[in-house]
Amino acid sequence: MPGLGTSFGRGGATTAQQDLANADCILIEGSSMAEAHPVGFRWVLKAKERGATIIHVDPRFSRTSALADLWVPIRAGADLVFLGGLVRHVLENRLFFREYVLHYTNASCLVRDDFRDTEDLDGLFSGWDPERRTYETESWRYEGDDLARPLRDPTLEHPRCVFQLLRRHFTRYTPEMVEKLAGVPPDLFGRVADAFTSASGREKTAAICYALGWTQHSKGVQIIRTAAILQLLLGNVGRPGGGILALRGHASIQGSTDIPTLFDILPGYLPMPKAGTGEDDLAGYVRNHRKVAGQWSALPAYVTSLLKAWYGPHATPESDSGYRFLPQVSRDHSHFSFITEMADGHVDGFFVMGQNPAVGAQHSRLERKALARLRWLVVRDMVEIETASFWYDSPEIETGELTTANVATEVFLFPAAGHAEKEGTFTNTQRLLQWREQAVDPPGDARSEAWFIHQLAKRLRSRAAAAGDPLDEPLRALDWWYPEDEHGEPHIEAVLAEINGWRSDPAEAAAGLVHSRDAEDRPHHGPQVKGFGDLRDDGSTACGCWIYSGVLGPDGVNRARQREPSGAYAHGWGFAWPADRRILYNRASAAPDGTPWSDRKKLVWWDDTERRWTGDDVPDFVAEKPPDYVPPPDATGLAAQRGDAPFLLHEDGLGWLYVPEGLKDGPLPTHYEPLESVADNALYGRATNPAVRWFVRDDNRFAPPKDPRFPYVLTTYRLTEHHTAGGMSRFLSHLAELQPELFVEISPELAGELGVASTDWVTVSTLRGIVEARALVSRRMRPLQVDGRIVHQVAMPFHWGSAGPNRGDVVNDLIPLSGEPNVTIHEGKALLCSVTAGRRPRGRDVTEALDRLVRETPPHPEAPSTEPRPSERPGGHGHHGKTT
Amino acid sequence: MIGDGIASANQRTHRFVEERTPVGFFTDPTLCIGCKACEVACKEWNGLPEDGFVFSGTSYDNTGALGASTWRHVLFLEQDQSRGPQLAGPMSGGEGEDPFRWIFLSDVCKHCEHAGCLEACPTGAIVRTEVGSVLVQDDVCNGCGYCVVSCPFGVVDRRPQPLPGAGGAFKCTFCYDRQASGLPPACAKVCPTESIQFGPLDEITARAARRVEDVRALGYADASLYDARGTSVGATRAVFLVLGSPEAYGLPADPVVPTVYLRDAWTSSLLTSLVALAGVIAAFALL
Repeated sequence: MPGLGTSFGRGGATTAQQDLANADCILIEGSSMAEAHPVGFRWVLKAKERGATIIHVDPRFSRTSALADLWVPIRAGADLVFLGGLVRHVLENRLFFREYVLHYTNASCLVRDDFRDTEDLDGLFSGWDPERRTYETESWRYEGDDLARPLRDPTLEHPRCVFQLLRRHFTRYTPEMVEKLAGVPPDLFGRVADAFTSASGREKTAAICYALGWTQHSKGVQIIRTAAILQLLLGNVGRPGGGILALRGHASIQGSTDIPTLFDILPGYLPMPKAGTGEDDLAGYVRNHRKVAGQWSALPAYVTSLLKAWYGPHATPESDSGYRFLPQVSRDHSHFSFITEMADGHVDGFFVMGQNPAVGAQHSRLERKALARLRWLVVRDMVEIETASFWYDSPEIETGELTTANVATEVFLFPAAGHAEKEGTFTNTQRLLQWREQAVDPPGDARSEAWFIHQLAKRLRSRAAAAGDPLDEPLRALDWWYPEDEHGEPHIEAVLAEINGWRSDPAEAAAGLVHSRDAEDRPHHGPQVKGFGDLRDDGSTACGCWIYSGVLGPDGVNRARQREPSGAYAHGWGFAWPADRRILYNRASAAPDGTPWSDRKKLVWWDDTERRWTGDDVPDFVAEKPPDYVPPPDATGLAAQRGDAPFLLHEDGLGWLYVPEGLKDGPLPTHYEPLESVADNALYGRATNPAVRWFVRDDNRFAPPKDPRFPYVLTTYRLTEHHTAGGMSRFLSHLAELQPELFVEISPELAGELGVASTDWVTVSTLRGIVEARALVSRRMRPLQVDGRIVHQVAMPFHWGSAGPNRGDVVNDLIPLSGEPNVTIHEGKALLCSVTAGRRPRGRDVTEALDRLVRETPPHPEAPSTEPRPSERPGGHGHHGKTT
Repeated sequence: MIGDGIASANQRTHRFVEERTPVGFFTDPTLCIGCKACEVACKEWNGLPEDGFVFSGTSYDNTGALGASTWRHVLFLEQDQSRGPQLAGPMSGGEGEDPFRWIFLSDVCKHCEHAGCLEACPTGAIVRTEVGSVLVQDDVCNGCGYCVVSCPFGVVDRRPQPLPGAGGAFKCTFCYDRQASGLPPACAKVCPTESIQFGPLDEITARAARRVEDVRALGYADASLYDARGTSVGATRAVFLVLGSPEAYGLPADPVVPTVYLRDAWTSSLLTSLVALAGVIAAFALL
């Protein structure tokens, strides 16, 4: 989430679900929280019981809308205009929280004089390189180029101060523009604006919740950025009942970015070394990524301790502290990149764990055909999901595109243990690590992922040792020390201890030491460290993920396992990174002088007698740094930040209304139309995000704007009754009977035009795929007035596939591959489709119909004709600390 | 009303069975998010079979009705009227509001004061438990089906072939087995928003009455309590807050226990026999 990362410093929700109960207004947009996060939604209802206004902005009247005070139907893909309208409303009506904005945000910072806004360049920022389709971002930086000590104008009058740039940038995001592009009438927009702004200030706070309805867009990061700007302007970050809650898609998705499954970041949001950028040694890496001021000043300690955790005794001066063993990223290896390479026959093998890309990944048709080009495929799951069975039951078998006899892929299907059959932690949406006990043994040969990876690593390492190939050196250098139980399962608490970090010198067993002996029963390490403040850059400490440090400290208490909540923020239940801080940036809950903004909204404040910060949460600040602290000129690290600078991860300690570095598509959010759109971009000359990646291929085509062949807006979503690609729900009768079939939600008006009623079959087509579904006609879908004409939107859940007892077409077949510039996420929430009455064609007629559609549709005018060369491709997850 | 969380009777262990404390359910659609966790938990705990993979096209309700294999059923009502103070949708360019609401209500056996099923059961299979709930003992039930036609709410039903236990009558047990072990009913335990509240009957009825007052004050003018008081059912131990007419939820406005006709039936048959007897006597007298 670079949206949150670049705005506030950390790529995680700023608040906790329980804290929503303290909000005076909650805006839920890009999420159907009641459906996808039903347990957390109780806190929204609690806020409502206390008198808060609940607003739901969504194309669909969902189960969330049903409980909201205000439902605002919106055209899918127009969220940024809507939010930008709110930003303009706050700026033009002087509704911002002036003291907060002045002290805690970069509103007063001056930007370089060669910066040009999209207002100047008709939808482009300065630095655009049309050949490479990327930005040179130099001109976006602060005047004087000093991120730690920017030049500031406290009057906010300087024409190049962020505040004035922001005003100018959003000046045309008027209520009329919101109506024109988003389909929200001005009176309804006004209701939202009034409810949200009147619930902000010293005495009140408002919160925003979002999920994949914001991220899965060609400008997803910038939608989230707009929300961040709104919250910073209204002074709603770091305060009780405020903030932005990023609702994560499923269990431990937050965890899987903290300790990433991504190609371009290392645990704790350390960047992956990049080839050709002067990072061939650790000194170069540190030079590129260490910051003078703020938390990232300690980057050498974090990365050295990570290398020590991975390479142990091999992390020596000879191996550059182990840095030599790290691979370097040479190009985009994100999911879509390797899938397209796989489809072209360039990938041999593939491990799939906890995923079902044959159904759940975008452009699933292309994914399934890619799987058929592999030599081998390992799938670990609880049931035989489509990713394992594609070779005999995929829709491509029916169409004749694949024939079982000709699929050479050797599929290894391993039975996996379910979450109640193994122990470990989940890191939930609010950065909370919660330990889960093993309730029962897994059946038969089913084993945990930890077991599988551990056993695989042991076998690979023994082969590497025997072969002696220099290429295998990083594998041989791994410190694979994990003690295991009688079934060969590694002790998960030993892994957690490594993640927490310890002193490297082996110690004999002592009080508090957790699993300090290795598989051969030799002392392996010393006492666990207390937190990331103890980490050193000299190899004397090891730490698998610095932000998790403190979860299993020297007292040996596994804080993730704790279940004794106390106080307003339930400290004592689990452990929230970092350092058990439940509300991030909570220094901002007090005024610059350290006193609470109001008694009603107090959280953390300066105790002048004790000379330290105190309150209801662990202060997200240097505990002894007084509010009036001014750093001496030569200070570094946290000491280089002022006493009124709450955003510790940013060098200037400020919340960023404007992002001077770290984003690839602009320092300010700009509305672009979805890659497939029913409307022209009324704001700028260009329709789509210029830096987006299109994955240009014949089998990945985009409809041009307002294409009459595809007149409707399609958005996708999830049902409470099912779980993502269905592996954990479709195969269970008690869940499947609740939503047994794929359907498409359409308005009575569109149903009338199509001549269909609920339960009738309809066919939904795009340039990528053709699926059939039952019609579900309801007033919960509404036609909207967009740019002077009626726009029909349809919505489809995406849980079905070709395997199991309850089958259905794969909705993700409809969605093109595309890459948002910062995180390479696709656009699954706003695209174009056609809907016709009746069932879809069968067999070869499907491919023929698709081919005909592709032949007849002209290319999208803004899509490149060829892909940029691989080394020049954008993509990835941005700058360190700015990601998830 | 929401937020007692782990301290609420939905989560705590209890001794209601041992203490013979009457218990009840209060189901509140103003807090229900239609997640159907109650349906799933009920089926899981009670080992109920699936009863059909049928897409109904009726809102999000593919369950349809309570029955022998469905003991909790979440209703989904889409209505063209306002939900209290809620503003849903565009204001139609100043042409006035465009009311719409979507209401979810988790229906369940009412555990009646005068339970038609219990009174009709000829085998003694249906009993009232220590906590006041009405329980079908499936090992005693002979499948006669008298209870099915005697329930004014259409709750109890015989399970069709080929499902396990086919022929027998089944309905919500109020998780008697769980309660006997001090556990709250499965549906209440999993309800994420405490839309289903479980507890001692006196607390539940007081809460329900207070809640109706509260939501009326919040602008839900059509909120009322559905507890069948003043009808031949006497009262129900599962009470509901309803918005608008109860009939829209399939809840009869004036539920009638068929056994109320028994007195009339007995009286009329007595009268008939008396008349017949008088006739016979008269016939002899006239001879």
